[in-house]
Amino acid sequence: MKTKWIVLWAIIVRELRRFLQQRSRFFGALVRPLIWLMVFAAGFRAALGIAITPPYETYITYDVYIVPGLVGMVQLFNGMQNSLSMVYDREMGSMRVLLTCPEPLPFLLFARLFAGMCVSLVQVYAFLLIARLSGVDLPWSGFASVLPALVLTGLMLGAAGMVLSSQVRQIENFAGVMNFVVFPVFFLSSALYPLWKMQEASEWVYQLCRFNPFTDAVEMIRFALYGQWQVEAANHTVLATAVCLTLALLGYRPRQRA
Amino acid sequence: MPHPLSRLAALLLASFAASQAMAANVYVSNEKDHTLSVIDSSTLQVVKTLKVGKRPRGITLSKDGKSLFICASDDNTVQVMDLASGKITHNLPSGEDPEQFALAPDGKSLYIANENSNVVTIIDVASRRVTGQVDVGVEPEGMAVSPDGRWAVNTSETTNMVHWIDTATRKLVDSTLVDQRPRYARFSADGKLLWVSAEVGGTVSVIDVASRKRIKTISFAITGIPKDRIQPVGIRLTRDGRYAFVPLGPANHVAVIDAKTFQPVKYLLVGRRVWHAELSADEKQLWVTNGISNDVSVIDTAALKVLKSIPVGRYPWGVAVSGS
Repeated sequence: MKTKWIVLWAIIVRELRRFLQQRSRFFGALVRPLIWLMVFAAGFRAALGIAITPPYETYITYDVYIVPGLVGMVQLFNGMQNSLSMVYDREMGSMRVLLTCPEPLPFLLFARLFAGMCVSLVQVYAFLLIARLSGVDLPWSGFASVLPALVLTGLMLGAAGMVLSSQVRQIENFAGVMNFVVFPVFFLSSALYPLWKMQEASEWVYQLCRFNPFTDAVEMIRFALYGQWQVEAANHTVLATAVCLTLALLGYRPRQRA
Repeated sequence: MPHPLSRLAALLLASFAASQAMAANVYVSNEKDHTLSVIDSSTLQVVKTLKVGKRPRGITLSKDGKSLFICASDDNTVQVMDLASGKITHNLPSGEDPEQFALAPDGKSLYIANENSNVVTIIDVASRRVTGQVDVGVEPEGMAVSPDGRWAVNTSETTNMVHWIDTATRKLVDSTLVDQRPRYARFSADGKLLWVSAEVGGTVSVIDVASRKRIKTISFAITGIPKDRIQPVGIRLTRDGRYAFVPLGPANHVAVIDAKTFQPVKYLLVGRRVWHAELSADEKQLWVTNGISNDVSVIDTAALKVLKSIPVGRYPWGVAVSGS
């Protein structure tokens, strides 16, 4: 049992160190959501009056509305980045080093997933802090209450990334994956607009958004920021994580050695 | 040493008493529903909706806090509601189309602006009789009585003036020009200043009561909101002279003004077309009515944050808070 903890710890430290050493990655992870926040939210501030929907108790500005979606975006990109680095590791051979570890493969994959989630937490909290200090009206208590939600959503999005990395053979293919996975997942969710607004626009877009697990992730983060726990969204997230993890495990079975 | 349980009971009782002391009723007139919504100020829930006369607009509490005066504009009357029973006990003769009124500090006279007939009607509350009418400018709207009871002021929307009525002689003695379409007037707690909002002008004028001259004009600017949507209406001033709160109509914001420097310090986002406001007795809450979004917003005046928006009837207009 003890070796498991050592392995887990080593993998977390390696991933965190790798992340912190790649300054441009840290920078990129922050700049992307901040641009959305500053440019989009400022532009839409007056144009979009967001009517009151739970968990909000009164009228909010658009910047407050999109923060949970952007937190989801940070974790989504981190999940993708993580899977990209797994593809890279595989090409460079460091994956083989990891897999020589005596622990079973499922544990190693989970440890890697967990480490990726920890990296996403660093990014999310840095983003939330900058957003709060730049005047976005977020409750400080939300910084603590959102943590369990972030752990779940980070695992789910990381697992989704692992499924992709198990299927993508070469780094070159990854740009395509970004376009065909990340953007639809982000746009067809409640990250940018409330679902009722989507429903007003088009019923089938609304249905797509409703069944997008990323919507559950965003809504769970949104409620958790205000100290509320969305049971249904949490269940969906756990389910999606389990499905992705199983698919990733199947994808990483040793038959891939070829 | 008392039993721990009895101490707990005492604690519970004390906290219950405290919450009881804080709880006030908030009354909101719903112009389109012909109703009055009653909100519990501690739970922030609507507890009752009462049927009243047609098109209720301005509302104000009697000095003893037992009854509520309601301008039933389309019934051309001022209704008096007994708050304990929630029943209308009698009507006061108000003149045509009463919209806003002000109760004298002694609680005996009611000064009513009659928008269509260009007069201010004075009513004796006890005898329920009209005791005087004063001709003012065109479309009288805002009404206020100074804390010392000496002045009754009225704003006329088309004449763009504040009319000063000497309450002793009931004569119009002076008028002060302000900006376009003055909607509302409010005296500071010390009675030295009169604040007047101009809906179309988009400004609030601060007038020195002694000289009846305008000493300051306050303008507003909210990022991302066109200037012409900034239409100040209601005004509330804290007793300590620190803040003035001004709902800005279709700008959907309430301006918080430093009442000493006359500078806006913050704009709070509320519902659509916010017109009137009232402070709670302890001045910890400010209630504002959002006419088009059919709700009221409650603001924490210490944190300067909107706590909650509560759905009421259609077109909420006036607001009164018990104890204040």
